[in-house]
Amino acid sequence: MAENVLEKVAVRAEQAAPRRRPRRRRARWLAVVPFFAFLAVGFGLPAGTMAYGAFTATDPATGATRFTTENVTGALSGVYAEGLAGSVRLSLLTALLATVVGAVIAQALVASQKPALRRAVVAACGVFANFSGAPLAFAFIATLGTTGTLTRMLSLESTGFSVYTFTGLVLAYLYFMVPLMVVTVLPAFDGLRVQWREAAASCGATRGQFWRHVGIPVLTPSLLGGAVLMFGTAFASHATAAVLVGGSVQLITIQIANALNGNVLAGQENLALAMSLNMVLVALLVMAVQIPLQRRSARWLG
Amino acid sequence: MARLTSRGPVLGIAALYFLVPVAASLWFTIADADGISFDVYSKGLGSEGLTTSLLRSVSIGLATVALGLLLMVPTTVAVALRLPKLRRVVEILCMMPLVVPPIALVAGVATVLSWQQDLAATPLYGTFQALINRDFPLILVIVYTVMSLPFLYRSLDAGLRSVDLRTLVEAARSLGASRTQTLLQVIAPNLRQAVMGGAVLSLAMVLGEYSVASVLGFEPFAVWMVNVGDSEAQLSVAAAMLSLLFTWGLLLLLTALAGGRTRKTESRRKTTS
Repeated sequence: MAENVLEKVAVRAEQAAPRRRPRRRRARWLAVVPFFAFLAVGFGLPAGTMAYGAFTATDPATGATRFTTENVTGALSGVYAEGLAGSVRLSLLTALLATVVGAVIAQALVASQKPALRRAVVAACGVFANFSGAPLAFAFIATLGTTGTLTRMLSLESTGFSVYTFTGLVLAYLYFMVPLMVVTVLPAFDGLRVQWREAAASCGATRGQFWRHVGIPVLTPSLLGGAVLMFGTAFASHATAAVLVGGSVQLITIQIANALNGNVLAGQENLALAMSLNMVLVALLVMAVQIPLQRRSARWLG
Repeated sequence: MARLTSRGPVLGIAALYFLVPVAASLWFTIADADGISFDVYSKGLGSEGLTTSLLRSVSIGLATVALGLLLMVPTTVAVALRLPKLRRVVEILCMMPLVVPPIALVAGVATVLSWQQDLAATPLYGTFQALINRDFPLILVIVYTVMSLPFLYRSLDAGLRSVDLRTLVEAARSLGASRTQTLLQVIAPNLRQAVMGGAVLSLAMVLGEYSVASVLGFEPFAVWMVNVGDSEAQLSVAAAMLSLLFTWGLLLLLTALAGGRTRKTESRRKTTS
């Protein structure tokens, strides 16, 4: 009886096998087809258009399209070069500050050894790291703007401080970058084993020596990786700067938005595309630095 | 000694830096020429512009989450189960939006949308009209979905790594579950936290997004906030605080959902070290 059933099952399986295999192969490809199709249309098409448009110009009279490097050279000269340089300078400065401050806070958190405090700070960091863009700009305008609360309370006007400047922008950017950095490097600080510190101490090393010879070298890849991430985040930011300083600080993201809105001159779209291409190149450079660093930090702190 | 004393000030100064703008903004919204008034909250927050734009943002956000999950869950599950060769490709493709900043992506999108005039005679024209419908701009859903791919992928990938999917599926299949049953009753519950994590992060991103929407000329919540700021500064600051509250609520939800898992991994870490 049982053998009979088994035989039947085996026969059925044999019959089914050749029929089922091709269907299954099709089925497993079917699941990923929408993803690739969506990426091609939603990402590939705009990105391809951007790269193509950056190297072409359309004659307004005839409508003919020709290849040119004018857009790219235009996007790298004059006021647009200033914008790119301004963005790089702002991103470098904020990345450096966020890395140092974030690392100090992360170390203070790890050293405090109070789980409740740590949970609260990590939760707050999550919120503040996501509090960027236009709302953040308004919070800073309400605090340090012309009629801001602190401006009136401390009469900051008389000191010559203004939030609508490069300095104000640095202050605002750090507001979401420092929490992001804390969340990013906290696992690395957790990875510094207590045993390493004890071993260093029992060999007679001071605290300074421990950090110089053990702590900092082990953390360097994570910190650098975090700094590169910070640079990329600051470089790509647009909304905070657009709302807070408008056009008074030259930044590449604001210039792209202005060119797209036709605020500067009509027919600037291809220039905007060329500037976008420059941004992509900088971001690619950032990624190229970050990926090996991530691998290295994983080796020690994994 | 120095160690004991330096920690407090570090965290204290940090707390000051982060809490002062929030407190100052809240004060800004209620301070009036002659004292304190809650007019902004009682009148302004009920205004038509706010509710319309907020509802628009929420519906765009939910559509983004739905589209992102519909694309990413089948893809990541299929890759984990049957197409391991595609893993690197999918990962790299999902990280591509990190290389193209939103403002650069939208430059390309704006150019593509400008083809509309040339296509006026073709059936594609209707598609373009649907994409740029002012009340529900489908194009924003598409761009936001692209922008949310990195964290959707990361969260789903982490979720899939933490369960032994292959064994689960084999067990379910050998116990007689159908393919759909396996997907809905075995895989989905195991991925719930990962799915929620990715969904919450992309929802938070969409609710605060300004650059893409303003360049393309739509008015979701963040753009409305900026537009109203020209005439009513207090109202836009109040709206900014509202969006901080939203983010906080969403992330609280996320921690509550992830709570069980973190505790488990923490205890595991303790036993191994």
